[in-house]
Amino acid sequence: MLKHKFRNRHPYMFIAPAVSLLIIFSIIPITIAFFISFTDLDLKGLANWSNINWIGFENYQNLFADDTFLKSIFNTLFYVMIGVPLVIICSLGIALMLNYGSNKLYSIFRSVYYMPSITNIIAVAVIWGYLYNTEYGLFNYILSLLSVENIPWLQEPTIAKISLIILAVWKGIGINMIIFLAALQGIPRAYYEAAKMDGANRIQTFFNVTLPLLRYATFFVTVTTLIGWMQFFEEPYVMTQGGPLDGTLSIALFIYKEGFQFSEFGYAAAGSFVLFIMIIIVTLIQFKLRKSDTEF
Amino acid sequence: MIVGGIVVSIPFIWMITSAFKPESEALRIPPTLLPEHPTLENFRHLFTELNFLVYLRNTLIIVFFSFIGLLFNGMAGYGFAKFEFNGREKIFYLVLATMMIPGQVTMIPVYLLLNGIGLTNTLPGIILPGLVAAFSIFLFRQFMTTIPTDLIEAARLDGAGEFYIFFRLIIPIAKPIFAVQGILAFIGAWNSFLWPLIVANDESLYTLSVGLSLLQGQYGNNFALQMAGAAFMVVPIIIIFSFFQKYIVEGFTMSGIK
Repeated sequence: MLKHKFRNRHPYMFIAPAVSLLIIFSIIPITIAFFISFTDLDLKGLANWSNINWIGFENYQNLFADDTFLKSIFNTLFYVMIGVPLVIICSLGIALMLNYGSNKLYSIFRSVYYMPSITNIIAVAVIWGYLYNTEYGLFNYILSLLSVENIPWLQEPTIAKISLIILAVWKGIGINMIIFLAALQGIPRAYYEAAKMDGANRIQTFFNVTLPLLRYATFFVTVTTLIGWMQFFEEPYVMTQGGPLDGTLSIALFIYKEGFQFSEFGYAAAGSFVLFIMIIIVTLIQFKLRKSDTEF
Repeated sequence: MIVGGIVVSIPFIWMITSAFKPESEALRIPPTLLPEHPTLENFRHLFTELNFLVYLRNTLIIVFFSFIGLLFNGMAGYGFAKFEFNGREKIFYLVLATMMIPGQVTMIPVYLLLNGIGLTNTLPGIILPGLVAAFSIFLFRQFMTTIPTDLIEAARLDGAGEFYIFFRLIIPIAKPIFAVQGILAFIGAWNSFLWPLIVANDESLYTLSVGLSLLQGQYGNNFALQMAGAAFMVVPIIIIFSFFQKYIVEGFTMSGIK
């Protein structure tokens, strides 16, 4: 009995450092942000707390009347709807290819495909800013050889969104590919041998053995990728600052701008809660869909 | 595979060759692939006229602490996977929920918190908020659940303490996941940008990314110099990763216990 009690403190000791840090730097801040979102906290309020007024839902009402915010929602959905499937398909495809062999060549290409995701975002901005440069950039030069007119990669709202998606997909493949690759290597050889004995061809094996066994990895990748793209921030921040004409502004960037450039902390916090709720809804839908799947 | 690989690596090839070009050549049309007059001038410039050495030191300190954070994540993952305790599910969902919190939400309150305890404009202030991550705890937990409980029970019967079990038994088994996560932690720390930018006012606390973004602002049209800075940030990581990834693959093929 005593020994049992003694042992019971161990799990808490294991989780304590990580969980307490998360509570201090995630849970407490979000509660603070929640309260701030009902106030008009700005620089004046920060200097002197008596300048802070409780304004109820006014921030939220203003948000949905704010064209810039609505535009940022539209842009974010645009990013998510094109970017997420692209990243997942590309990373799964590449993982499958890389899983066929394990010699030196494959290992080199594994590094090659992984490289973008380990590249610093500022370095990415510097490199791609140069590549996308309308005058000196490599892309337009290559296109000019094929006698295609200069493309305003970052100067036209819709093209700029697509340019950012290309960049983000390029950067996003690596990590997901590794997760898929790990899952693929975790599939026991015996399943493939059994499939072979049953006379299944490559395509049948893929759809009946590989894909179902990758279900967990796919779910994991989809959820994390979706959450990541809903918070799409760094690429527009470093490449376009949300321009041209707010064409690449994402919700996360909108929040950052309101908060850190215009110091409208209350308004920014309200915006961040709208994003938070959207993410929760999307994630819950994902979990619901998964529950209805047959278990393996 | 090869075609895709080449397409993917175009930006890198372009970066590296441009880094050795004199400023005028980087802007030339049509562009040259290989530098006609290769020069190390750009790299020299980074260290003599800009403080890249200081930025490098700060970045390496952050990297070091990220590995301690990694250990915390691993411990938490193990705790959630292999122990039954009151509130396990609830605490775990709380952890997962933090993954959904947009970083931009917590920035202002975290800044206020750190300001309250006097940690703004210090290295701990830069390091602490990013030390642990739900994503990482989640991955660790997933992996740890695959470790047979019998093995842990057997060790307990042999009289091994819980922490002894964790460090001597679990960590060696979980090597593959530690390798993957180690790389992720390293990259995250090496690339840390926005938070150091917000917390550090003092140039002596800047990280490489912040330094590079400074460079981008000041030398907007000197692409060669920018490429040199970018190459300086990216190439070491690629080298380290190429070394580590072999270890990951080996780790996976060993796959601990059958």
